[in-house]
Amino acid sequence: MADLTSNFIGIKSPNPFWLASAPPTDKEYNVRRAFEAGWGGVVWKTLGSEGPPIVNVSGPRYGAIWGSDRRLMGLNNIELITDRPLEVNLREIKSVKRDYPDRALVISLMVPCDEESWKDILKRIEDTEADGVELNFGCPHGMAERGMGSAVGQVPEYIEMVTRWVKQYSRMPCIVKLTPNVTSILPPAMAAKRGGADAVSLINTVKSITNVDLDSFSPFPMIDGKGSHGGYCGPAVKPIALNMVGEIARHHETHGLPISGIGGVTTWRDAAEFLAMGSGNVQVCTAAMTYGFKVVQEMISGLSQYLDSKDMALDDLIGRAVPNFVEWQDLNLNYVTKARIDQDACIKCGRCYAACEDTSHQAIAMKPGRVFEVKDDECVACNLCVNVCPVENCITMEKLPLGALDERTGRKVEPYANWTTHPNNPMAVKAAE
Amino acid sequence: MTNSQLTPGVVPGRLPAAAYRDHFADKEPAFDRHEAQVAADRCYFCHDAPCMTACPTSIDIPLFIRQISTGTPEAAAVTIWSQNILGGMCGRVCPTEQLCEEVCVREVAEGKPVEIGRLQRYATDSVMAKGVHPFARAARTGKTVAVVGAGPAGLSAAHRLAMHGHDVTIYDARRKAGGLNEYGIAAYKAPNDFAQAEIDWLMKIGGITVKTGKSLGRDISLDELRKAHDAVFLGIGLAGVNALRAEGEEKAMVRDAVDFIAELRQAADKSVLPIGRDVVVIGGGMTAVDAAVQSKLLGAENVTIVYRRTQDKMSASDYEQNHAASKGVRIITGAAPLRVHGDGAVREIEFAYTIEGPDGLALSSETFVLKADQVFKAIGQSLEGQPDALKLEGRKIAVTGAGRTSLPGVWAGGDCAAGGNDLTVTAVAEGRDAAEDIHASLMAKA
Ligand SMILES: Cc1cc2nc3c(=O)[nH]c(=O)nc-3n(C[C@H](O)[C@H](O)[C@H](O)COP(=O)(O)OP(=O)(O)OC[C@H]3O[C@@H](n4cnc5c(N)ncnc54)[C@H](O)[C@@H]3O)c2cc1C
Ligand SMILES: Cc1cc2nc3c(=O)[nH]c(=O)nc-3n(C[C@H](O)[C@H](O)[C@H](O)COP(=O)(O)O)c2cc1C
Ligand code: SF4
Repeated sequence: MADLTSNFIGIKSPNPFWLASAPPTDKEYNVRRAFEAGWGGVVWKTLGSEGPPIVNVSGPRYGAIWGSDRRLMGLNNIELITDRPLEVNLREIKSVKRDYPDRALVISLMVPCDEESWKDILKRIEDTEADGVELNFGCPHGMAERGMGSAVGQVPEYIEMVTRWVKQYSRMPCIVKLTPNVTSILPPAMAAKRGGADAVSLINTVKSITNVDLDSFSPFPMIDGKGSHGGYCGPAVKPIALNMVGEIARHHETHGLPISGIGGVTTWRDAAEFLAMGSGNVQVCTAAMTYGFKVVQEMISGLSQYLDSKDMALDDLIGRAVPNFVEWQDLNLNYVTKARIDQDACIKCGRCYAACEDTSHQAIAMKPGRVFEVKDDECVACNLCVNVCPVENCITMEKLPLGALDERTGRKVEPYANWTTHPNNPMAVKAAE
Repeated sequence: MTNSQLTPGVVPGRLPAAAYRDHFADKEPAFDRHEAQVAADRCYFCHDAPCMTACPTSIDIPLFIRQISTGTPEAAAVTIWSQNILGGMCGRVCPTEQLCEEVCVREVAEGKPVEIGRLQRYATDSVMAKGVHPFARAARTGKTVAVVGAGPAGLSAAHRLAMHGHDVTIYDARRKAGGLNEYGIAAYKAPNDFAQAEIDWLMKIGGITVKTGKSLGRDISLDELRKAHDAVFLGIGLAGVNALRAEGEEKAMVRDAVDFIAELRQAADKSVLPIGRDVVVIGGGMTAVDAAVQSKLLGAENVTIVYRRTQDKMSASDYEQNHAASKGVRIITGAAPLRVHGDGAVREIEFAYTIEGPDGLALSSETFVLKADQVFKAIGQSLEGQPDALKLEGRKIAVTGAGRTSLPGVWAGGDCAAGGNDLTVTAVAEGRDAAEDIHASLMAKA
């Protein structure tokens, strides 16, 4: 078994799997059970300022998108930050941390955007012995309209300002949690870095409406005939999160800023992908909410097996894919592949044909006896057929070797060259004559 | 040979050569990767899963299926083996329709359970194929334990004890280790010498010596074992068979089903096995079904199971009864054998219908006769050869807790011990639990 011990910005945990700030981490009862099930750490459900507790709706908080067989693919929520009294949360945090000193316990915070409020809350949490704080600049609903959450996360200047306050009034490691509800994730990440953040975590939920009830004509979740947008999470948001994590990991200004990867992590494989894309650890919410705390056991065994099979340590995996995450213009335009259909594996459904014939490049021939064959002189190698084929590895993409003839273009395969030097590019860098 | 299904008497080679290969191949072919993924995908990862409770070895089924679905069958196998070291055999032979799959929420809701047994086999096979044994032995404790019986109970106990660092010697009366895995389970449930392959794999833990051809009571005594070892585990199964108590049962070609099956399991070439044209099997359990089905597979023309009580009392599951029916076996219930007719060898057998009354089973005056040139008795096995010093409960070795017998330092488990249900998986569970208890008691003394 590979050693999964994780050290994220000085916060140690027996594995890199933390529960994200959300209902699973809203109280002592849950967190103790989560630790017993094997979670390496938790980010406690976001605390607000002292005062009258937060009020949640008392109707449905969730909308959902399902795959076949009702597999939960995406979840949308309109829940606010913790609605339990600050005192109670602080007492419970202290008690849990005392009993689980080897687990990571980070406190998520969201208070109004003024210096006093932040100074005050940081003082209040000081003697909980928690390992760090996470600043929730992410929630896209409810709190944003009150000038908190994503309302802060969408304005880099605010992020920088609040982060600075936190670093000034607290010695705790500080993680800034980013909202994906921005056109580019880079300015918020850069602002967090300028403000002195020890790390960023992302993504929080994506502004969304999952569906509309076609009888009552209300968006869902529906509260008394009305709906409001919520925050989307779960497997469906993973691709959005991976891209944002990678963008921060590779950009020269933010490269090296520790990242806690969040968004749709459901299996060990998702986690490994986030780590490879530059995350130092991962946080999980929806998978635990769908399958229970025990789901972490598969993540632990799977990641450990993977690392063993690659003969890698956890740290070797972190960031491994970052150098390969490049801009489009850096891709090799002389890399030529062709689709290949394994006739033994083919079950003759014809989906590849429909996809290619109707919507792509008419590069698959349908022959008598439902035999499907790729026409090399038409195949642009888009790989749509691979993706619509129901049989894994039935259609694969075969690389043409250097010097081979590409029947579609009539040209031989040449060595690496990208768009920056391509003759059709008016901005091409001309080789010196 | 020119024999056919119609040749009278008990003769070999009733079928063309290829038919034997076909008939005794894997009953349920192994899943390939895609099939396993699709099957695993159906699991809901239930909370406090009913399947896990129903498994006598309490395998964490939702977890291992999730590990399959995320592409790590190797991790799934470890999950299985840490509870059930014979998980490979159990995946093949467990009556899952009466255990995990019976209570699968999808069986209850849709009548279509997640195929747990086959998934278990997929996971364990994928590691065994690589020859990897994922468990390591703890440092040697210097303690030695004798295990009598190399069946599922003994093997499971031995592995767990060896893993804890004890040195184990297994004694078995037979020529080969494996118990009924080797000599009893239907051939098509574990083809390709799987039982021996699994034992070889299990032995990789180290620290286990197997001595075959050593019978307790004949070659070795319990006293000797207790003197020479720090603890003794008995997993001697049920070596005896119950008598039919029908007139003429000593006639030729009337024999115990378990002997017939053992012979069949040991025959590399099934075409040399003689089988009757008209075979009658008496009994209502798994052994009866296996004897009947395999008679049919060997080419018998007519095979009939006769069971003395009503069909719902048969211990063979509906699934197994259907399997027998699908092979052309006829099942008659509510009839008991009266006498075996024949001149030297059986020619026919006479039955009386039974009446189930408040005082038990009574014979009615209504009788019938079945043509038979071979009769198999499958009316249950019984304890035999157990040391006299041990207290019995009913007809089995009395145990308390995790297999503690009435003698200090002696444990028992599997079919020979009171309280179980005579299944491979239960023997594995009892062997494992006794081993843990032995380990705890040896370490407490140390
Ligand atoms: C025909 C048949 C089919 C079956 N099919 C199934 C099935 O499909 N699924 C299922 O779950 N269960 C099945 N069972 C039941 C299952 O095989 C047993 O419950 C299981 O094997 C019990 O394991 P055990 O280790 O207690 O005993 P056994 O497997 O009987 O092993 C006992 C071992 O002890 C040895 N032994 C006995 N006496 C002595 C002695 N005096 N000295 C030394 N060694 C001795 C024997 O040689 C044997 O190797 C079947 C049983 C039979 C008879
Ligand atoms: C019901 C619910 C409540 C949440 N509450 C908070 C919160 O209080 N603070 C916070 O930072 N994120 C909150 N989140 C967002 C999660 O922490 C996480 O960023 C998001 O769900 C994406 O991860 P996932 O795909 O693993 O669920 C909440 C998510 C859900 C589903
Ligand atoms: S999960 Fe169901 S039962 Fe539990 S609080 Fe929500 S609506 Fe109620």
